[in-house]
Amino acid sequence: MMTAWVVTRRNLSARRVGAVLNRNVGALRSGPAYWLVLLSGFFEPLLYLLSIGVGVGALVGTVPVGGRPVDYAVFVAPAMLAVSAMSGALAETTFNVFFKFKYAKTYDAVLATPVRPVEIALGELTWALVRCLFYTVLFLVVMVVLGLTSAGGALAAFPATALVGLAFGAAGMAISTFLRGWQDFDLLTTGQFTLFLFSGTFSPVQDYPVAFEVIVTLTPLYHAVELVRGLAVGPLGWTLLVHAGYLVVMAVAGLWLASRRIGKLLLV
Amino acid sequence: MAEEPLVVARGLVKRFGGFTAVDGIDVSVERGEAFGFLGPNGAGKSSTMRMISCVSPPTAGELRILGMDPVRDGVAIRGRLGVCPQLGNLDADLSVFENLTTYARYFGLSRAEARRRAGELLEFVQLADRAGGKVEPLSGGMKQRLLIARALVNDPEIVLLDEPTTGLDPQARHLLWERLYQLKRQGVTLVLTTHYMDEAEQLCDRLVVMDGGRIVAEGSPRELIGRYSTPEVVELRFAGGGDVAGKLDGVGERVDALPDRVLVYARDGDAAVAEVHRRGLSPLSVLVRRSTLEDVFLHLTGRTLVD
Repeated sequence: MMTAWVVTRRNLSARRVGAVLNRNVGALRSGPAYWLVLLSGFFEPLLYLLSIGVGVGALVGTVPVGGRPVDYAVFVAPAMLAVSAMSGALAETTFNVFFKFKYAKTYDAVLATPVRPVEIALGELTWALVRCLFYTVLFLVVMVVLGLTSAGGALAAFPATALVGLAFGAAGMAISTFLRGWQDFDLLTTGQFTLFLFSGTFSPVQDYPVAFEVIVTLTPLYHAVELVRGLAVGPLGWTLLVHAGYLVVMAVAGLWLASRRIGKLLLV
Repeated sequence: MAEEPLVVARGLVKRFGGFTAVDGIDVSVERGEAFGFLGPNGAGKSSTMRMISCVSPPTAGELRILGMDPVRDGVAIRGRLGVCPQLGNLDADLSVFENLTTYARYFGLSRAEARRRAGELLEFVQLADRAGGKVEPLSGGMKQRLLIARALVNDPEIVLLDEPTTGLDPQARHLLWERLYQLKRQGVTLVLTTHYMDEAEQLCDRLVVMDGGRIVAEGSPRELIGRYSTPEVVELRFAGGGDVAGKLDGVGERVDALPDRVLVYARDGDAAVAEVHRRGLSPLSVLVRRSTLEDVFLHLTGRTLVD
């Protein structure tokens, strides 16, 4: 059904998707509030990298990545990069999309024009991607400067962070359409924090109990971390395609569900 | 050959679960006319408007807008409509000017075209001096004018206005009516809902009266008043209770006793008043006025419009 959906969306208008994006660019000019949110979002993963990756890392020494021992900070940095891609995209498609969807009635106004739900979803997702890449580019620069990855590794990891942003952005947008009110954001934040702690971010998943490891390998941030780490630090291998595939499916499914829900809830 | 009406509905139905909001209505709107849906809250006006706006699929019946099917050709139809919603959904994150330019982009206007159009429209709705400001500090009337400007940004053939003056003070209403009248003179087709009788009389060439999801009457304001009321109405207030209405039998053509006053429908109001006095009745107050759509509505539904 989803494949059919992807195929029949060929009459999408890039111009209308651009118009949805254009609205957010306009809002960016409206004042400093959004910029502050933007900046604070960047610093969080960076502070974790410095405190845990570098700080705690000094106590840990090295961990094996693909059989090769690397500094703990080198191990943690790509995970924080993936987290920063995830949070950047999620913040946009959860908080901001939810507000526009439920309270500001922004999309009700948009749907009275030729713009369709899927074009709203694509426009918002593109905007989330812009925010995500803003974070990951800065983060990659920090990583290269601190010697936590090579320039080549950074270039290889960059497109992967875009995929991570798309996957989480799309899934977040779909989830937003199910949230009842701000109280549900506590659940979302808790879920996000759990992923953050247990996705092979701070310790290799092979060190987890087996049952727990299996559960973790089903969750999305694990695949994001493995993909980004593999490209930034190594080792390269075919399994990276599995991780990428997981994220592609997540992005398409999220986008499909978000579009459907926007249409279903607003076009009644 | 005559042009197909811009809006045609046949047996149009809208149900939400078990609730029937619109219960089989027939409507047609011709190019260039101002058409009104008049009725109290919950009559099904807004549901009808949403279906015509192509943001709400009909449950049953036939609906054609600009000769097209709203479900299949929604994108094409919406590109030629201007919608002024009841719920003000202006964008608080954008300036007054950007509200228009941003909206214009949804219709595919170029950046330059959007700016030109926004400038013109702000002049038209007399908000040019607020262009750079935020939306939030605007008064209710100004916001409503901005919504109308936004609805005009794509140079629409039909403008749909859902209760355009609800909640506005008299001065703001008159300014809005005047602007809408200008639009009509420019040949724009207006479709509006209202629960104000004077608004319907001011703006509409033709209207339908809705009640409980059905159309209970249709015609021009004059026709409806002619058909369902008398040219004049006498409003009488009496001290105390008692069956005053009974004593008024035969005065005028019809008598309606409301909780606070008695309405006498008459061809000649002054003659009716004279007859009241001749019968030895002494009302506390007497008002002779022209008949309005309010009287039509009361006659058709047995209820007043105001909640």
